[in-house]
Amino acid sequence: MKGRAVSRNRHLVGWVLASPLSLVLMTFLMAPIVMIVVVSFWGATEWSIYPAFQFDNYEFLLTSDVTYRVFLNTFKYAAITWACTLLIGFTVAYYLAFHIRSLTWQIALFLLCTIPFLTSNIIRMISWIPFLGRNGIANSTLISMGVIDEPLEWLLFSDFSVILAFVHLYTLFMVVPIFNTMMRIDKSLIEAAADGGASGWQTLWHVIVPLTKPGIMIGTIFVVALVMGDFITVRFMSGSQSANVGRMIQNDIGLLQYPSASATAVILLITVLMLIGMMLRFVDIRKEL
Amino acid sequence: MEPRPKSFYLLTAFFVLFLIFLYGPTLTIGILSFQGPGGGLTFPMRGVSLHWFRDLFEQQAVGDIWGSFSRSLVLGLMVMVTTVVVSVMGGLAFRHRFAGASLLFYLIITSLVIPSILVSLGVGLIWSQSGLPVHWSTSGFGAQLTWTLPFGLLIMFAVFNRFDRSYEEAARDLGASPWQVIRHVVLPIIAPSLIGVALFGFTLSYDEFARTLLTSGSYNTLPLEIFGMTTNVTTPVLFALGTMTTVFSLLVIGVFLLVVWVMNRRRARHGSDAGQGMV
Repeated sequence: MKGRAVSRNRHLVGWVLASPLSLVLMTFLMAPIVMIVVVSFWGATEWSIYPAFQFDNYEFLLTSDVTYRVFLNTFKYAAITWACTLLIGFTVAYYLAFHIRSLTWQIALFLLCTIPFLTSNIIRMISWIPFLGRNGIANSTLISMGVIDEPLEWLLFSDFSVILAFVHLYTLFMVVPIFNTMMRIDKSLIEAAADGGASGWQTLWHVIVPLTKPGIMIGTIFVVALVMGDFITVRFMSGSQSANVGRMIQNDIGLLQYPSASATAVILLITVLMLIGMMLRFVDIRKEL
Repeated sequence: MEPRPKSFYLLTAFFVLFLIFLYGPTLTIGILSFQGPGGGLTFPMRGVSLHWFRDLFEQQAVGDIWGSFSRSLVLGLMVMVTTVVVSVMGGLAFRHRFAGASLLFYLIITSLVIPSILVSLGVGLIWSQSGLPVHWSTSGFGAQLTWTLPFGLLIMFAVFNRFDRSYEEAARDLGASPWQVIRHVVLPIIAPSLIGVALFGFTLSYDEFARTLLTSGSYNTLPLEIFGMTTNVTTPVLFALGTMTTVFSLLVIGVFLLVVWVMNRRRARHGSDAGQGMV
């Protein structure tokens, strides 16, 4: 009897402590999702929306090629950004974890890598303008070096600048979890590999990479979620010339077509949750922290 | 110590390039914000002046910057305090299994990965359909919490994963009540991490754009104001504002790091062993 009382008590304490968190997530996460699902079946006129239960929004969305092109474009951004951030992030984390020998330096350099995360994304996007513009630093440098004769037009307001900005903003999300996992690798494993006659590359590929997989997974979850759900980077860096799903939703919102925006949002949410759900099968986040 | 391998120098070069990539653009607009009055958005510099910073202080010249700054500041502090309190309570809750814990955990992950425009749209719809006016301090505040809380909780999970429970057990053996254990043992041990949670709470809120877009109502926060400026301001005043905001963020980060440092120093001086409570 006493055991059951203790266990009931434990559940109660857990719930009391978790209640503010649950309250916030219910009100500002679950309720909005439910609302979006509900509104996605509603109808809209040019200036108002009205309750209904119709599949028109989904039908229109799923039968239009624009939807598929935009989703494809979103996946393309996510895939390219993922590959770039993984390569850069892994290299940086590897350098910090295995080539920097003092802990103080490791922490200092690691902080240096994370500080930009705590500054404004919009300002960091704006700051590419003087670099990439028609008369920007990149073009004028290339011209004065004689590499090109006239300014490259594709530097700013193109897929190139969108992906550059994504990599610039989100590489940190790869560096941090990969570095965290690498710091937990037992250094004697590396020595054992070296004693066993493994070359540097072999140690990297057969020892470090497999042990770093959880960190890579967590970084991947962050980067994929952020790029799939983005709308502002694409809008700003493509000069409104490219589209992704987030932009499509934002356009509908601008036209007050909330039901159609909601339907797109539901499909985007299902896509993102399915992707992340698959990735979560490969990693236990709570254990890796 | 064995000599550095050749790969060390290659990787150092790579790392330096990465830092240039990371900081170069921000430094560039820092320099360009000192353009002379006739200067444009890119090099060459036409003289050096504080002209564009002066513009920022002239009311109405470029919108309501100072109003939006003070709103962002207040909102950031509100989000910061809430994030710290809710994350600590949530972190403590998750130390023991309770019914529904894993469901709540998946909600936290959902909150982290959900496209931010969905939160913005959903909260905006709820408010508008129930006839409430959206305002940065109510709907905007809640929408931002869905972004800062997951980070706060992930930090708390990491902290409690490394937490040495024998300190608590010792306190309990000596007759401390559960509240005394939290107040005099757990909180002092995790205090430096709480500074980290507070820093995340403040800066993530201060810089948040997407989740505030449809939830802040007619009074803009600073990121919304800056984004509005990008479409109609084509002078270096934009860079001056960017530089000021970044300097402010760096100051905030500096203050937080300083607090952690002073805290650790004081601990060491008073012979406190709270720092050893983490494994």
